[in-house]
Amino acid sequence: MVEKNIRFVQGNEACVEGALYAGLNFFAGYPITPSTEIAELLSLRLPQKGGKFIQMEDEIASMCAIVGASLTGLKAMTATSGPGFSLKQEAIGYAVMAEIPCVIVNVQRGGPSTGLPTKVSQGDIMQARWGTHGDHAIVALTASNHQDVFKITVEAFNIAETFRTPVILLFDEVVGHMREKLVIPEPGEIPLVERLRTSVPEGTDYHPYLPREDGRLPMSDFGGVHRYNVTGLMHDMWGFPTDNPKVAYGLMRHLIDKIEGHVQDMTHAKEFFLDDAECIFISYGSAARSALHVVENRRARGERLGLLELQTLWPFPADYVRERCEHAKYIIVVEMNMGQVLQEVRKAVDDPEKVFLANSIDGTFITPTKIRNILRVIQGKGV
Amino acid sequence: MARKRIIFSGSGGQGVITASVILAEAAVLYEGLNAVQTQVYGPEARGGATRADVIIDTKEIRYPKVDQPNVLICLTQEAYNKFSPLIRPGGLLLVDSHFVTLARKVDARQVAVNMYETVMKEIGRPVVFNVCVLGTLIGLEKIVRSESLLKVLERRIPSDLLDLNRKAFDLGLELAAKQD
Repeated sequence: MVEKNIRFVQGNEACVEGALYAGLNFFAGYPITPSTEIAELLSLRLPQKGGKFIQMEDEIASMCAIVGASLTGLKAMTATSGPGFSLKQEAIGYAVMAEIPCVIVNVQRGGPSTGLPTKVSQGDIMQARWGTHGDHAIVALTASNHQDVFKITVEAFNIAETFRTPVILLFDEVVGHMREKLVIPEPGEIPLVERLRTSVPEGTDYHPYLPREDGRLPMSDFGGVHRYNVTGLMHDMWGFPTDNPKVAYGLMRHLIDKIEGHVQDMTHAKEFFLDDAECIFISYGSAARSALHVVENRRARGERLGLLELQTLWPFPADYVRERCEHAKYIIVVEMNMGQVLQEVRKAVDDPEKVFLANSIDGTFITPTKIRNILRVIQGKGV
Repeated sequence: MARKRIIFSGSGGQGVITASVILAEAAVLYEGLNAVQTQVYGPEARGGATRADVIIDTKEIRYPKVDQPNVLICLTQEAYNKFSPLIRPGGLLLVDSHFVTLARKVDARQVAVNMYETVMKEIGRPVVFNVCVLGTLIGLEKIVRSESLLKVLERRIPSDLLDLNRKAFDLGLELAAKQD
């Protein structure tokens, strides 16, 4: 009756297990509710497997530490919540520019500022997209249950390594603190992407920023056999600063195209009853659980509802959303903010007028009742 | 099995959240069921109103919170006043008679049990109060088997405290048996 490797854990612990499965061997962080359990557990688990855990003096230092650790060849992660995520933005931009793989977990709580420390929110979707300055592309993933938290955390490391990019995991307080079943996959069950290291031998000119034919950039562990420069300035293929417009243009295109050009590869989503759905909910993270509750209940009564649960928020899978929602009479975006994904859905679909919002912004978890009430108004059935 | 929706409520430090976790973990690890446990609490480590929700089912559980419980446990008057109107008709409302005075009639089985005072008298350690509550709960309503809960206690609790916890659990079972 009892499955092997079965655990009853918080979402934060599922994230930790996923990260360890993916090969995490360096964590730097500064504890903050509701992400603290991630740091707490890794302080125990990482040293057991020979990894390094450092509690830094603040969130800025934590982010800088994982950037440095990753450059030396480690799989590195930090975890925080809204206020700490704000502090990390500068160094996230550095990781974007210097193309350093790393994973940043943001277990979202109510904001702005220190906001509602123990309450749920999904208010950082746009901060993940545009929190650091300058034109750039970013990857942000999320999940609504612990099995998916585990899988998407592994995927975050895989994307980070494949595309040499920071990847943001946008969980939320409910998923982070909720406890439910997690079955830990056997080693090898989920493929892992390992660091692509250069084959250029010692003493030969190594170009840290010269992409291969397939666009990937082999790395050399910093402090190892190759000497090279890493900078947040626009740089050439050796990593040295330049303001040459041609080089700057090429680098900008490369940084953006490597992400935006692989939207399909990075799109993770789950579909529930979409085929004949007249009304499609689009949701993500813990809010998707309430949306699915409504869908399953109303389906049992013959209402043609469906759910599109997004796990990839950035790069936003606009084409995919448009295709799947083509035949829907209305679309209701269910999220715990003022409509951050709503705007993306409106941009993506043919008729933005048919996209509505069901939200919660007061720190309480969005309930099926609230979603149903909004659904009734949209269906013209009154409140 | 029919879906079980349980709310544990009380004040920070009473072990409300731990009790809810032990129950849900027993269901998942030793009964092959699905369970989801969530909690709502303030920034305080002690004091402050605490509430933990547990849903247990053979089916997948989507919405993780409990709006209307079949089983409601209130360990403070504040929690009782706030949550007792939520109980489902025919449900079980268990309170500790040391902390709670029953103040209203509900369409449910309302049981006041002297758990806290019994623990203090027989064991003298308030830290195992929550395990006594679990014993009483399981005695009144067989949500999971006692053996499953004891297995969780064995896994989670340091061996030198295990006997205290077993005793508190048995006290709870005995208290439940004394109810009609």
